[in-house]
Amino acid sequence: MASDNRPLSPHLQIYRPQLTSVMSISHRITGVALSVGTLLLVWWIVAAAAGPEAYDTAAGFIGSFVGYILLFAWTYALFYHLCNGIRHLFWDAGYGLEIETAYTSGWAVVIASVALTIITWFTGIVALGGSS
Amino acid sequence: MSLRTPLGRVRGLGSAKEGVQHWWVQRTTALALVPLTIWFVSSVLSLVGAGHAAAVDWLASPWSATFMVLLIVATFHHMQLGLQVIIEDYVHNETAKFAGLLVMKGVAFVLGLVAVLSVLKIALGG
Repeated sequence: MASDNRPLSPHLQIYRPQLTSVMSISHRITGVALSVGTLLLVWWIVAAAAGPEAYDTAAGFIGSFVGYILLFAWTYALFYHLCNGIRHLFWDAGYGLEIETAYTSGWAVVIASVALTIITWFTGIVALGGSS
Repeated sequence: MSLRTPLGRVRGLGSAKEGVQHWWVQRTTALALVPLTIWFVSSVLSLVGAGHAAAVDWLASPWSATFMVLLIVATFHHMQLGLQVIIEDYVHNETAKFAGLLVMKGVAFVLGLVAVLSVLKIALGG
């Protein structure tokens, strides 16, 4: 390493964010968020195995204000990562790599992930209203 | 002209000796997680507001337990492969990278194992 001062590429600061680049890093960020979110999944399953008291504690946290915020964020992260992951699988198979198609599929992922999150929460809230 | 040996080329394992294994397993677990995730979300929606007894009832059925174990294994396998790439990309200090990978893989394994054993306890023990 003769010099530490050589210009580096890609130089993130000078690029205008694009849908494709923002979606790319978002796939990673949602992946990390979902990794943290597995803690909630594990807690729920372990609590179910431990008994009614532990289950009520876990369910109480999930049903709290903070629990709802986290669960909503994770629902969106899950659907985003799922939809964009399918987009990536098509790319891996060699389809949809044209720039125009990449933008179309990008917007489709944004719309689908928002729609699926809303549908899921709407269904959940209706179910909660019906059960109580 | 390639300087690689014919045997090296036909094995296709590259310098790391694992070829496309990491990439491929990341994709196969992703593919498995598409239906498993949809199944999981719709199942959890049917359990909203139901208590412990309903959740245990659901997890105790053979199909739920089977899909749940598959979901857990695929999720944590996919997760540790993805986090591995992120750590390798951003952590450049060799010691920190090695320690980070060990801790991350260990935690992923423990979390996956406790989740699978919990499902099995419910499914087999009642």
